[in-house]
Amino acid sequence: MRPESGGTECWVSGEPVEDANRPVSEFLEFENVSKHYGSIKAVDHVSLTVKQGEFFALLGPSGCGKTTLLRILAGFEQPDTGRVRLGGEDVTDLPPYERKVNTIFQSYALFPHLTVWDNIAYGLKVAKRPKREIKEEVAKMLTLIQMEDQAWKKPDQISGGQKQRVAIARALVNKPRVLLLDEPLAALDLKLRQRMLIELDLIHDEVGITFLYVTHDQGEAMSLSDRIAVMKSGRVEQLGTPEEVYEAPRSSFVAAFIGDTNFFSGVVAEPMEKSHVLSGLLSAAVDKDYSRLKVDGLSDLQCYNDKQIREGEDVYLSIRPEKMRISRERPKAEPHLNALQGEVEDVIYLGSQTKYWVRVGDYRISVIRQHSRFLLDEKPIRWFENVWVSWHADDGFMLEKYSEQDEKLIQLPPEEVGEPVGNNENGPAPTPEGVA
Amino acid sequence: MKAANRIRVFEWLVTLPSFAWLLILFIIPALLVFAITFKPSTPFGGIGEGWTLDTLRTLSNPNYPAIIWRTIWLSVATTALCILLATPMGYYMARISPARRSLVLLLVILPFWTSFLVRIFAWKVLLHPEGMLKQLLVFIGLCAPDTSLLYNAGAVLLVMVYTELPFAILPIYAASEKFDFRLIEAAKDLGATSFRAFRSVFLPGIRVGLLTAFLMVFIPSLGSYVIPDIVGGPTSEMIGNKIAQRTFVDRNLPHAAGLSALLTLTVLVPMVVIISLRRTGAVNRALIEEGV
Repeated sequence: MRPESGGTECWVSGEPVEDANRPVSEFLEFENVSKHYGSIKAVDHVSLTVKQGEFFALLGPSGCGKTTLLRILAGFEQPDTGRVRLGGEDVTDLPPYERKVNTIFQSYALFPHLTVWDNIAYGLKVAKRPKREIKEEVAKMLTLIQMEDQAWKKPDQISGGQKQRVAIARALVNKPRVLLLDEPLAALDLKLRQRMLIELDLIHDEVGITFLYVTHDQGEAMSLSDRIAVMKSGRVEQLGTPEEVYEAPRSSFVAAFIGDTNFFSGVVAEPMEKSHVLSGLLSAAVDKDYSRLKVDGLSDLQCYNDKQIREGEDVYLSIRPEKMRISRERPKAEPHLNALQGEVEDVIYLGSQTKYWVRVGDYRISVIRQHSRFLLDEKPIRWFENVWVSWHADDGFMLEKYSEQDEKLIQLPPEEVGEPVGNNENGPAPTPEGVA
Repeated sequence: MKAANRIRVFEWLVTLPSFAWLLILFIIPALLVFAITFKPSTPFGGIGEGWTLDTLRTLSNPNYPAIIWRTIWLSVATTALCILLATPMGYYMARISPARRSLVLLLVILPFWTSFLVRIFAWKVLLHPEGMLKQLLVFIGLCAPDTSLLYNAGAVLLVMVYTELPFAILPIYAASEKFDFRLIEAAKDLGATSFRAFRSVFLPGIRVGLLTAFLMVFIPSLGSYVIPDIVGGPTSEMIGNKIAQRTFVDRNLPHAAGLSALLTLTVLVPMVVIISLRRTGAVNRALIEEGV
């Protein structure tokens, strides 16, 4: 659905955005970029490349350096070290007005003394384009954002969503090589935000230029982006597609920041011998390596070894709520199935799914059950029932322990503090529901 | 409804004193000035009985257009120079740290702590042929020893700019402080150079401050009388000097009133025209049609 590369993509005026002979893979490149403010490292040796036509998100909590990185690309900040290249050209030392990038600001920054029409035309007028061309281009943009009849209004006469669209048009009309979006939806209310998400995605599909999207909202990043760079304290913590980042987080910070997860704090016991595994029925599991985890107050848990983990290491076992199953009866014994017995503390019925919180020892485990069958035929699980929570060892992953600093960054809601359950409040959707 | 009515009555009571003030001390005296223009003068400096058009006839004296013209251009020049100097100043003051800002603000209002007259006499001393400034300029070679810095229109302009400058800086600074400087970034992002961003985004953004500065400088300048009297000469008289002369020397009050009325009308008529044009939106529409 999204153009893989905008290289030959034609849009609006019908001219190619980029030369076809440019290497597509390294369209926008940050090389070892650092920026300090006093003793604070805003951006700490960041290197990343963005492909042409890509919808790329910089995601992280406030103060992680994502906006600084964006401002470095826009030219508002000079990096202390490192280079920024755009389409093969080094733009590090260029002033903002000589860069072929345009920004959509969080505050929109529409010029209050100009009409919608004049706001959109601003960049073209500055570039001294012929009047006739300006009129045509602005008219096309007004059609794109569906505001033809509001062209003569001033910014204070239009709604927040409309301001947002004018800001998009004002940037896009200049045909930037990269469109920079600095938390563009943060100022909108939830409903409008969801609508603008869809519109942004449509616009991206239509114009086919590279979008660099800065946000602290994992839901926005997940639903829009081709790739996400999760940032923390000025560094890129993980870079990958939304699926990769969600399914295989590289650190407990990423696991907790993107979506909800359950953490079990434990110590790695001896790795499971092949002979143990062989006793299982599934032949596919034979060549896999599993670890056993000793968790205080619980029975040992099994987890797939996706990385080198040594015996005796302190780790977190992370399992997404939707990967868990909840049942009244003890699940049938299967190899590599973890099962814990507990008591239901909370139930939230959400129509398509139900969220359960199950108390097992010191842990409050969050489980999501999708309702794929007619629910009224069964007797639903209620408060204070004794239940079994189970999951396959393949669905969990072991991560290094979450530091106190991480906890502050993610800001657990007060009632969850002190319990090893990462519950991310930044986004409404625990699962990546692609809007596209 | 009762509460709303009570609030309205209260609003009226609160605004009444200022209305009374304006009416008694501004509108009625202004109308009296207009009325006295059409009264005959008495030889003892009083106002005679009956009505006459004598004053209007004397106003057609060929000396007056020249003086009025000089008054207008000196005031326009003063206003222009003040705004030209005050705008970068206001921009600068809005951008510096709050601590430095209050220091600069203090420096701007510092001259008010000294008497207006004393400051003008200080300029007279500076510009005097034996004065420090004159000596310095001659020493540097910027000024010939026999040129006079005093008693000409240049001296009047210089001292007027000096006295009116704070009245331009303060409103422009107040507007700049409220200006959203992210708009400058947005303009640069859209390809504007710093100067272009300043001109096309910052200046329109502080237009209320600029307009206030214009009114605060231009109107007092038109009526200035002490400055041209002290540092000006016979070739740099302004309408204020003439009004004073008619009042104190000639003791011809109707004549002075006529000149005052003329000055008032010169300022009021163009302003009323501009304001009514703006209100109908004619100016805005013309600008939009031009594609500005």
